Amino acid sequence: MSALQRMGAVAAKELRQLSRDRVTFGMVVMIPLIQLLMFGFAINTMVRDIPVGVVDLSGSAAARIITEQVRVTQVVEIVALYNTPAEAEEAIVAGKIRAALVLPRDLPQRLASGATAGQWMVDGSDTVVGSALLGLRNMPLRHTAGSPREAYTQPEPSFEIALFFNPERRSEVNIVPGLTAIILTMTMILFTSVALVREHERGNMELLITTPIRPLELMLGKLLPYVFVGLIQITIILGLGRLVFNVPFQGAALDLAIVTLAFIGASLSLGLLISTIAKTQMEAMQMTIFILLPSILLSGFMFPYDAMPRLAQYIAEALPATHFMRLIRGVYLRGAHADQMLTDLLWLLVFTAIMLTIATKRFHKSLD
Amino acid sequence: MTELAIQTHGLCKRFGDLIAVNELNLEIPKGEIYGFLGPNGSGKTTAIRMLCGLLTPSDGEISVLGLQIPRDAEQLRLRIGYMTQKFSLYDDLSVSENMRFMATIYGLGSAASRDRVEELLNRYALQGMRDRLAHDMSGGQRQRLALAVATLHQPDLLILDEPTSAVDPENRRDFWEKLFDLIDEGTTVLVSTHYMDEAERCHQLAVLENGYLRQSGPPQQLMDELKGRVLEVNGPDLRTVKNLVLEVPGVQSAAQQGLHLRVLFTKNGPSGDAAISRLNEALPNRNLSIIQGKPSLEDVFVACTNGEDHL
Repeated sequence: MSALQRMGAVAAKELRQLSRDRVTFGMVVMIPLIQLLMFGFAINTMVRDIPVGVVDLSGSAAARIITEQVRVTQVVEIVALYNTPAEAEEAIVAGKIRAALVLPRDLPQRLASGATAGQWMVDGSDTVVGSALLGLRNMPLRHTAGSPREAYTQPEPSFEIALFFNPERRSEVNIVPGLTAIILTMTMILFTSVALVREHERGNMELLITTPIRPLELMLGKLLPYVFVGLIQITIILGLGRLVFNVPFQGAALDLAIVTLAFIGASLSLGLLISTIAKTQMEAMQMTIFILLPSILLSGFMFPYDAMPRLAQYIAEALPATHFMRLIRGVYLRGAHADQMLTDLLWLLVFTAIMLTIATKRFHKSLD
Repeated sequence: MTELAIQTHGLCKRFGDLIAVNELNLEIPKGEIYGFLGPNGSGKTTAIRMLCGLLTPSDGEISVLGLQIPRDAEQLRLRIGYMTQKFSLYDDLSVSENMRFMATIYGLGSAASRDRVEELLNRYALQGMRDRLAHDMSGGQRQRLALAVATLHQPDLLILDEPTSAVDPENRRDFWEKLFDLIDEGTTVLVSTHYMDEAERCHQLAVLENGYLRQSGPPQQLMDELKGRVLEVNGPDLRTVKNLVLEVPGVQSAAQQGLHLRVLFTKNGPSGDAAISRLNEALPNRNLSIIQGKPSLEDVFVACTNGEDHL
């Protein structure tokens, strides 16, 4: 009974301190807010409006039609016209345009004989831009079409594709739920990793360890308030994601709560372990970054997990964020139930138990 | 024989090559204020931390309130109150929040904790600042709060590590009054200090230097042992005289105090009138008036830390 009371006292104390620490309190709200807007608006895997130039050597009507057809794809934006291919190349090197379309002098004859109409000179150093322009290679040309409508009809595709869950292929739909994993990794680990270290640095620990409090009571008491912080943050992210980016929630609230709590637990206990290793708050933050970076890069947030090399996948499997990334996308976007994704859920729970055990074992009530 | 609160035998603590506490043998009786007197780095804090079970001794045995430390450290927690050298309560919590928090940690029930906190707020004159953050309090107020928290659970033994280093003399005086109140209620107090006036208030004293116990006993007894070895020299040009005095055989130390020079002779040196005539002979024609001085605790400290005869 008194164990619960002591744990409650630590949690209440932590919450009080948190509410008085304006910087940390601000971080609780501002980090999700800023990151959500940043990632939501800036990251777009659908490439549009690439600045390009056109070199029309033929001066023909066909060239004007082709140029117009390229423009209306909206993949590119024609920002300049050049007289020679050399000028266009110079502009690419200077970074004024990312690509140039060269239409040769004999364009009408080429079109008539069905030969390749022209050439795209592409700055291939950015692969995303590069592959978007490669998509223009097989663009159908209807320069001889009688009516504009006929000019813009597409040929029959080989396959019908049914796009589930995100038919408009909006990248926000994938990013917003994924962002919860990144933000929770960042804040949960950061807050708890400094939690014990701070008490050491401020000298509170020397007094605390002369009291009858047990390590596990202290640990759990310190974690408890941050569970609520995590829940507040995920509410902000998903709520705004729905309001601002119109990301639809397909799953059940209960499943969402279960997977989120499992991940919050895993992150907090990992932070706690860092807290027992780091000597200073600075060290704790550096270790947090050591976890955070691979979580951003390898968890499947930025790049699809399946496309990563085997070694990177092994590393990713060791990160809680990877498992949560699958869970949250499953529950939120595909309407999966927690019991359909038991492997990842159990992984998080086992991870939490192991981290908490090690942290408690490592924490000694002495100054040795 | 009175009952002992703390007993140590051959207590040692080494940090790598540094020996912080060396072969410390202590017998601290119950119901008294026992002082550790020593400069910074003399091993006071290390010794105290070992007695609390915060540090594991490299060697030796400790018994506190009949418990073997560090083995029974957890049992000891409820029976000692510890006031750290640096203020170690939460700066961003108020007086009453700090007290209620610690009361719960010590397992006081909700009602008991409320009553006890009220009692201590009154006792340590903190009633008026119960909602003030510890951060905004003066040194004296913080130290009263720390003492109140250390006595929340009515411990049998109170261990205070340099409790008054950030406190003005008047507050220090009040603080000691509070300590004697606690003694009156049967508490044993162990206090470390580097202030002579504080050390003088203790029932018994242990002088520590470089990890060694140099002297121990009641302050008055320690001072009485120096009778005859302390001289006061009055006269002109004392800075020069001081250097000359230090050359005189048998002189252990000389230090200027205001208008006179305080000279201490070694244990085996001359004492009383013999010492006065030794100085007069060594320093002729200097218009000096030399009288016997009353030994102070500072003399005790200098005598046992500066001389070879006690090594």
